[in-house]
Amino acid sequence: MSEKKTLDVRGLSCPEPAMLTREALIKLVKGTLIVLTDSATSRNNIERTGKLAGWSAEVTQDDEQTYRIKLTK
Amino acid sequence: MHAISKFLTSRWGPILTGIVVGVLAPLLVKFGNPGNMGICVACFNRDIAGALGIHRAATVQYIRPEIIGFVLGALVAALLFREFKPRGGSSPLIRFLLGMFAMIGALVFLGCPWRAYLRLSGGDWNAIPGILGLFAGIGLGIVFLKRGFSLGRSRPTSPVAAWVMPVFVVVLLALLLIAPLFGRDADGNPVGPIFFSQSGPGSLHAPLLISLAAGLLIGFLAQRSRFCTVGALRDVVLLRDMHLLNGVIALLVAAFLTNLALGQFKPGFEGQPVAHTNLLWNFGGMVLAGLAFTLAGGCPGRQVFLSGEGDADAAIFVFGMLAGAGVAHTFSLASSPAGPGAYGPAAVVIGLVLLSIIGLTMRETRSA
Repeated sequence: MSEKKTLDVRGLSCPEPAMLTREALIKLVKGTLIVLTDSATSRNNIERTGKLAGWSAEVTQDDEQTYRIKLTK
Repeated sequence: MHAISKFLTSRWGPILTGIVVGVLAPLLVKFGNPGNMGICVACFNRDIAGALGIHRAATVQYIRPEIIGFVLGALVAALLFREFKPRGGSSPLIRFLLGMFAMIGALVFLGCPWRAYLRLSGGDWNAIPGILGLFAGIGLGIVFLKRGFSLGRSRPTSPVAAWVMPVFVVVLLALLLIAPLFGRDADGNPVGPIFFSQSGPGSLHAPLLISLAAGLLIGFLAQRSRFCTVGALRDVVLLRDMHLLNGVIALLVAAFLTNLALGQFKPGFEGQPVAHTNLLWNFGGMVLAGLAFTLAGGCPGRQVFLSGEGDADAAIFVFGMLAGAGVAHTFSLASSPAGPGAYGPAAVVIGLVLLSIIGLTMRETRSA
């Protein structure tokens, strides 16, 4: 069964958003991880961290403040 | 425009930024900046603090246009690409302290991470213990991060807070151009501030427009590419990600080749410009600075760029650096070419203890 989790890293400084994403992905092994961030830098870092770990990433924008990165494996 | 942005946020962004910094910094030395100090975010903020009279070390007082350019270049990039976001409220007082101690550590070594790499590229081998110290400080910071250290979340805030730093540097530019004398001596004669060094490193500078243009270009590129000399090593260790490290390697190679081409590569330990040969405190100073930058989330350059894109917490860090320069040069903490200042080593030890307490105790419930 594939698990689905959400991680909210809004407002956190570097490197916490990418670090927490990486930790969550390692824990999850397989499934879907949704990460919410309000920073364009973190958006790029989270996407890259996911791809480096072999996950596919899809980025959408909820509103002016929030990016939603969907990582799946 | 979209294509430029895509390129700069790709893996080539930090590399291009590193190359531009690596070429421009030695050129700025050629045009008049101090030796191996084409760009030094710590030294330049220290010079600005001196010009404003926050310290009275007569040899290091000048309003460095590069820093003004950094902020405004990042501001333009952030506005252009809709990334200017007013935010703040993530442990501002602690960030001020981190900025202070980052500056104190950097002034014991005599340079920020940018200058450490630029010194190495110019053949100053005293930079090697400094860079090893930087690695150690970043490593210590990573240990704290892994244990759950966090300065907490920032929140969206008023645009007024976001504009404080851009307006501050515009005021600095005006003070640089007009050079008013605000002070009065005992007889009522006008004296500085604004102070400008008549001798020493503060008196050495490239022409204003060249410095400003170089700063603007680097600020613009670095805002887009997220160039960071501390994130470089941190991300390799923590995330197995070479993205930012490639930028630092590009900087080193480009600066080495440019120094070679300009006849500025002079290998050795002795007689290096604005440097001392004390191995232990070149190392120790940068342990403190590296730890402070890692806890604050990025190198001094990165903090300056963030302060230009609306990050009030990064702006607080930069103001902390100005205050730290005041403390370092008033309390004999800063080194000179003769060696560490009288109380520099003690300040490094105190700083390490204080920052370790911060690193061990500050946490945040980080997941939703």
